[in-house]
Amino acid sequence: MLAYIVRRLLQSILVLIAVGFIAFSLFNFVGDPINNMVGVEATDAERDAARKRLGLDDPFPVQFARFAANAVQGNFGQSYRLSIPVETAIAERLPATLELVFVAAVMALAIGVPLGVYTGLHRDGAISRMLLTASLIGISLPTFLIGILLILVFSVWLGWLPSFGRGATVDLWGWETNLASWEGFKSIILPAVTLCLFQLTLLMRLVRAEMLEVLRADYIKFARARGLTNRAIHFGHALKNTLVPVITITGLQIGSLIAFAIITETVFQWPGMGLLFLQAIQFVDIPVMAAYLCLVAFIFVVINLVVDLLYYVIDPRLRLDRPGQVF
Amino acid sequence: MVATVTGAEQTTSTWLWRFRDSVRRFFDSDVFYSFRRSPVTVLAFVTAVIIFVAAFGAPVLAPFNTNDVATLDLTDAFRPPVWMEGGTSEHLLGTDDQGRDVLSAIMFGTQVSLVVGFLSVIFSMVLGVSLGLISGYVGGRIDHVIMRIADVQLSFPAVLVALLLFGFAKAVLPRGVQDAVAIYVLIVAIGLSNWVQFARTVRGSTMVEKNKEYVQAARVIGRTPIAIMVRHVLPNVMGPVLVIATISLAIAIITEATLSFLGVGVAPTQPSLGTLIRFGNNFLFSGEWWMTIFPGIALVILALAVNLLGDWMRDALNPKLR
Amino acid sequence: MSEARSNQHLLSVENLRVEFPTRRGTLVAVDRISFHIDEGEVLGVVGESGAGKSLTGAAIIGLLEPPGRVAEGNIVFDGERIDDIGYEKMRRLRGNQIAMIFQDPLTSLNPLFTVGRQLTETIRTHVSIDERKARVRAIELLNEVGIPAADRRVDQYPHEFSGGMRQRVVIALALAVNPRLIIADEPTTALDVSIQAQIITLLKRLCREHGTSVMLITHDMGVIAETADRVAVMYAGRIVEIGPVGDVIKRASHPYTRGLMNSIPVIRQDIEQLVQIDGSMPRLTDIPPGCAFNPRCPKVFETCRTERPELVDVGATKAACWLYDYARRPGAGSTT
Repeated sequence: MLAYIVRRLLQSILVLIAVGFIAFSLFNFVGDPINNMVGVEATDAERDAARKRLGLDDPFPVQFARFAANAVQGNFGQSYRLSIPVETAIAERLPATLELVFVAAVMALAIGVPLGVYTGLHRDGAISRMLLTASLIGISLPTFLIGILLILVFSVWLGWLPSFGRGATVDLWGWETNLASWEGFKSIILPAVTLCLFQLTLLMRLVRAEMLEVLRADYIKFARARGLTNRAIHFGHALKNTLVPVITITGLQIGSLIAFAIITETVFQWPGMGLLFLQAIQFVDIPVMAAYLCLVAFIFVVINLVVDLLYYVIDPRLRLDRPGQVF
Repeated sequence: MVATVTGAEQTTSTWLWRFRDSVRRFFDSDVFYSFRRSPVTVLAFVTAVIIFVAAFGAPVLAPFNTNDVATLDLTDAFRPPVWMEGGTSEHLLGTDDQGRDVLSAIMFGTQVSLVVGFLSVIFSMVLGVSLGLISGYVGGRIDHVIMRIADVQLSFPAVLVALLLFGFAKAVLPRGVQDAVAIYVLIVAIGLSNWVQFARTVRGSTMVEKNKEYVQAARVIGRTPIAIMVRHVLPNVMGPVLVIATISLAIAIITEATLSFLGVGVAPTQPSLGTLIRFGNNFLFSGEWWMTIFPGIALVILALAVNLLGDWMRDALNPKLR
Repeated sequence: MSEARSNQHLLSVENLRVEFPTRRGTLVAVDRISFHIDEGEVLGVVGESGAGKSLTGAAIIGLLEPPGRVAEGNIVFDGERIDDIGYEKMRRLRGNQIAMIFQDPLTSLNPLFTVGRQLTETIRTHVSIDERKARVRAIELLNEVGIPAADRRVDQYPHEFSGGMRQRVVIALALAVNPRLIIADEPTTALDVSIQAQIITLLKRLCREHGTSVMLITHDMGVIAETADRVAVMYAGRIVEIGPVGDVIKRASHPYTRGLMNSIPVIRQDIEQLVQIDGSMPRLTDIPPGCAFNPRCPKVFETCRTERPELVDVGATKAACWLYDYARRPGAGSTT
């Protein structure tokens, strides 16, 4: 098991280096960083001086190593657009995005998994069929359109919920949160629903498919033959066996929640990382783009590692030392 | 399938014939039968055809040519749909802030969406199938490298990859040409974000096919690897590729709309459905919802129809795929 | 238990008919069969795959998979009908009074739970004792089925056991609350030949010790010969012959049973080739009218093609064959 984890860690580090390399290339080959530093009017001498000072004369590997060392310390330089250090800009925005993603993920799990179990257990029921049809529409609905529809109905027509921004946040030990007051919570409802809806339908369809698969298994038949109650069979034996694939997908989906937050944050003008990144793309703010890329890659890698570890907790078969079989 | 291995004389026409033959078998099989048996699929198909005709026939069929600024009449701006107070039968779905007919704009916009969708799927299909063939046929280190790249890319959602590529292009390209090439950048960006599925599937099938006798035979008589891949392996993996292409089309259309909505998509002079939704979104709060909602509905119906076709195709061809 | 019950059969199945409604009409998978099992008796059920053996077992324990259903007949267990008693009552019976063992020990156990947990869970479903006592009982059971170091292995997961050991665990699970009837559906088919005999011997010994009746479903005549007291031969959803195991094997009456017996290789006899029955069992969609075996029967005559034979006494066994209805038989008077 240890060998396996070490191998996964090495793989993760490789991925991070690869992404770091892409981010570094953004810096170095896209546009002249000197232009961005000293301005277009600078003389050649000034440019050379700046080049020396920044170490741009150094051989390529040295530059990359320096970039990586800075990146590890969270140092990505100044944002071209905001003229503040990138890490400051991101630190300001990160809580908003994480909170949004967290609420959306909890909602998707809390609703998607039970609905999946329900539709799996009552595969031919009228409600199940309705939910399945609805889920296909849900998959065909782009995230931004869901947001627009929700705004139209709940903000414009009904006037119940705010349609943009974080509204009133409460400062909890240095963390601006929406979850501590009703006013703040009202602001997060629509963005979170928008963000979670697609994942919710995906999760529901997945759990349903897995549930149907597991319920056909021999050990379920044998559990019935032993006279176990339906409750024990469905929620003990069947549900636990559906969890392994569900955890994989949930892990991957948290990654895509962070990416889809870009869209949701744009629709709702939610002041998070995604909005920052989108503005960076529009203004070619390369340090911010590079930092975002590295941060997102880091989050993905961490999630993947957590997912791998969860497998071990859930599936005893994997606890044997046979690393090759996990893929 | 028993492939005839006749040597170097095999001409393009025999290959074409064989491809046509496999297409014909595709329609003769249970697949076509299951199509007729599923009313939802038939409905989806009819809907898709209607949308395609309306989109590509827009220059002829649309009530107004919304791409021609001369036809716009500002006095006609902000008209609601025909059934609401103030609506006119001239503009069935109302007009936007510049007096542009919403229905016509949707038809032209769908055309842009479809063109981007199709071209990007073709791009990712060619790229993915080629890489999959090479990966599966050659194996070894090349296979390892390609599949690792695929793994890494797969853990990043397509929208994010497309956004990054778009940002990259925007940084590299000079400002002047950006609008003109925006649509191609978009096609490449979406195409690059979707190749992995193709590559994985084709690689799997290739690894199965390459060990079969007919491929061995072709190798023994000295055919080049490329000939073997294209003429022998490729026809055998077309089924799953078609399924993935269909599902990818829906994804590509949605991705395009999303990027255009975010303002990093096609140029505003050539609005796609996503662009229309973006513009209309500005007027949502003043109550002119039709500018946003109708293009939105068109987008959803299009995506749903394509998704339904893909879903059915997957089940009909092979319930175990996925 | 009342006096009257003591001379009753433990299980009796009367006129059981299992149907599968499909789009192309209703398939009759088990067609009006009747048999009984007495206390402590082992009834073997043989037949080719698709003959309806497993479905009969599933019908008895109430686990027919939809859309399959019991369309006709009744199943009486310990003097009470059990085919119409509703889900909850049936559930209390399962594992407690009637247990079932399936073919594949590799897939019969939930891979995510320790065998101990699966045992205690079964015990505590039917007997109200605490977790600690259930665990003691679980270890006892594992000991009883011959698993060494049971007190350690009780906390292991199914994948840590070999195939034969897993089937022992399955048997322990089936015996956990001392059921009165075990339906064993091909319990050794998935195992290595060397292990098969061990498992059969174990099952036989435990059931004798506990006085448990067994319905042993298999296609292996060898297993039947050394285990069963009586045997029922099934063909295309019907019982064609039933009787004491020795009589069925040595003096089979039904032409199908005879063919079946002749197709068993006998090592000591020096015969040139195995006898086989020509053709194959009909599919459920096209079972011929009359006797289902008639297209393959060497002794077929007119009546066989039109009317279905019922079980009649033929010496020590009962056979469903017109040959033994002397009134209907052509050229009445000639002997077999």
